[in-house]
Amino acid sequence: MSTGAPHQGERPLEAPLVTRRQEGNRQVIAAANRAALALGLRPGMALSHAQAMLPGLEVAEADPEGDAAALGELAAWCLRWSPLTAAAPPDGLWIDASGCAHLHGGENSLLAAIVTCLERAGIAARASIADTPGAAWAIARHSTRPTAIIGPGEQRDALALLPVAALRIDAGTVAGLRRLGIDLVGQLLSMPRGPLARRFGGEVLRRLDQATGHEDEPLAPVLPPDAAQHAAVFLEPLLTATALGIAVERLAAPVCALLEAGGLGARQLDLIFERVDDAVQIVRAGTSRPSRDANHLSRLLKERLEGVEPGFGVSAMRLVVTLAEPILPIQLRSSLAQDEGQEVDLAPLVDRLASRFGEERVFRIIPRESDVPERAIQLGAPGAAAGATPWPPDLRRPVRLLNPPQPVEALSALPDHPPALFTWRRVRHRVRRADGPERIAGEWWRRTGEVAAVRDYWAVEDEDGNRFWLFRRGDGVDPATGDLSWFLHGIF
Amino acid sequence: MASLGTSALLDGLREQVARIEGQGEGHNRPVVPFGIPALDGGLPRGGMARGALHEVAGAGAHVEHASAATLLVAGILARAGGPVLWASERFDLFAPGLAGAGLQGSRVVHVEAGRSVLLAMEEGLRHPGLAGVVGEYSGRLGLTASRRLQLAAESSGAMAFLVRRGPRLNDLLLSEPTAAVTRWKVACLPSPPPLAHSPGTPGLGRALWQLDLMRCRGGVPGSWTVEACDAQGRLALPAVLADRPAAATPGRVHRRAAPGRAAA
Repeated sequence: MSTGAPHQGERPLEAPLVTRRQEGNRQVIAAANRAALALGLRPGMALSHAQAMLPGLEVAEADPEGDAAALGELAAWCLRWSPLTAAAPPDGLWIDASGCAHLHGGENSLLAAIVTCLERAGIAARASIADTPGAAWAIARHSTRPTAIIGPGEQRDALALLPVAALRIDAGTVAGLRRLGIDLVGQLLSMPRGPLARRFGGEVLRRLDQATGHEDEPLAPVLPPDAAQHAAVFLEPLLTATALGIAVERLAAPVCALLEAGGLGARQLDLIFERVDDAVQIVRAGTSRPSRDANHLSRLLKERLEGVEPGFGVSAMRLVVTLAEPILPIQLRSSLAQDEGQEVDLAPLVDRLASRFGEERVFRIIPRESDVPERAIQLGAPGAAAGATPWPPDLRRPVRLLNPPQPVEALSALPDHPPALFTWRRVRHRVRRADGPERIAGEWWRRTGEVAAVRDYWAVEDEDGNRFWLFRRGDGVDPATGDLSWFLHGIF
Repeated sequence: MASLGTSALLDGLREQVARIEGQGEGHNRPVVPFGIPALDGGLPRGGMARGALHEVAGAGAHVEHASAATLLVAGILARAGGPVLWASERFDLFAPGLAGAGLQGSRVVHVEAGRSVLLAMEEGLRHPGLAGVVGEYSGRLGLTASRRLQLAAESSGAMAFLVRRGPRLNDLLLSEPTAAVTRWKVACLPSPPPLAHSPGTPGLGRALWQLDLMRCRGGVPGSWTVEACDAQGRLALPAVLADRPAAATPGRVHRRAAPGRAAA
């Protein structure tokens, strides 16, 4: 995918502005802002001509190196959307969106997000997604819409109606094609290739093939400028998980040394595999706390190796720390006195479990101040602080909570007697002892539907000694408080 | 033979064996005692061993929820001190209930591991510094898997608990041989009235459990009637037993007969 960023952003009452460069012995316009373009000034126009058209025109010196550096920075900033981005000088960016679009809610919203974010930074951008970088480049610059998506395999049709300049060929060749009456890419596509190559050289055909996907076009990816990273190229392509695992260890050690030199720890790591067939695969691992322990990081990455498809072999690997945070020094405790509440570092364990089972499945339970049982707990990150006040210790609470509460048939005398017997899962339990009721009123400040709702909870023991936590909807007197149905909510 | 000399010799040998097996390394105390002499007496070194795998199963109609077994484990870990990893297939614990047995939520990291509970347990047991690792498991355990967990527990010194949640009553899976150091069965018993002197007063007292130590390496299997964990995770022997048959007198140890063998 490609974005073109040719113009400065909209500013109210923008004054026309051009940059100049030396071409031979005359000065020409290198670039013009939107106001200047609207007045008919074009890049390549002689500066004296422009100044004659528009006296008092603001002119700045062109700074191609500065522009290239800024474009590189912008490409690095775009790493937020994909781990592989590249600058396409003079005014474009490539973002390899393979396998990334779903993280941003699909290709449409990815494009919209990119254009909106750049706009906020004062850059007017056009963006498009296509199978090949060449096609995306062409569509982004020549489509009528600011964002466009070309479906898989459709780039040939989409390109056919574009001018030949969309193929990234130099102006001289474009003029030569024009002289022959070839204006559109579609005409080029239908021509025999031999005479075309003889007349214009291989460049036209190469660009054509790159745009249609017959020829691969490698991107020169940018990486975060100060990211700790290490790459390895292999003489023989790697095929087995064991070999990849060893390579991960070899990459992790120098990366950790770099992190240590910078006083940093990795929070997120990308491992980029380049395959023999030029396909690129990326494995990402995260840590719950910044870490620069090579063993820990390589273990995390090795667990993700299962998802890597080596194909005909992996020819190069690169380990990049995409998110780093400073590691603060901590005081080591004396091992002489082992006090009770000593801190045990669980972060490596949590990381390993989270990478295997998913981050949302490793958690701590944090108390919340609520009387409604299912709201009294909250899942928190394993590293989270204990937070609010703990649950009152004298409340009788079951060890298993059924979610949702299961309806049971119960016999009881209204309004405040425990059920004499109840039937759950077709088994009848005769209640021998009971404790209650514990009345829990609805929290009307959370949900308006709970203004009058009441639950009466009973802890009951059946004849075998099994203990259950039952509740009845309603207080047994006022029908507005509930419909008097019984539920099993927990098991002691 | 002088019995004193023999017992001193045996104690020395036990120490040696324990050192070879690597149990109790790096911990001040290699066991977590129940604090009830009748129970602790049946266990080697007078308590639940750290760095060992313990199996706990429920009994009766609600073996699937194994709630009494869960509370027993929570109570032991409450007294063990230190962080705990709790692996379950599907998270249905209620943390205030665990806190009621003394195991505060701030000490527990939960992991919902689906069918890979044993794998999560092993990860936890290989990590130094945990006081205990609990796995709630409904599948087949087997000798190999349990041996692996036992070795992992020995390597870190954490207590490993396997709460068996068989889907059916009297599931055969619950009686398969394993490498666990102890195997417990916890069944609920009808509890006595909350006030012993006035049986008519409604209410619920402490729950009553039938605790069976079915297998114990180097110890004596037995059966006890105990009161469930209090807020500090301590069990207690009931003071009065209102309507229990005499056979289950507290503290009385039943030795199980070895399985009979016949030769033709």
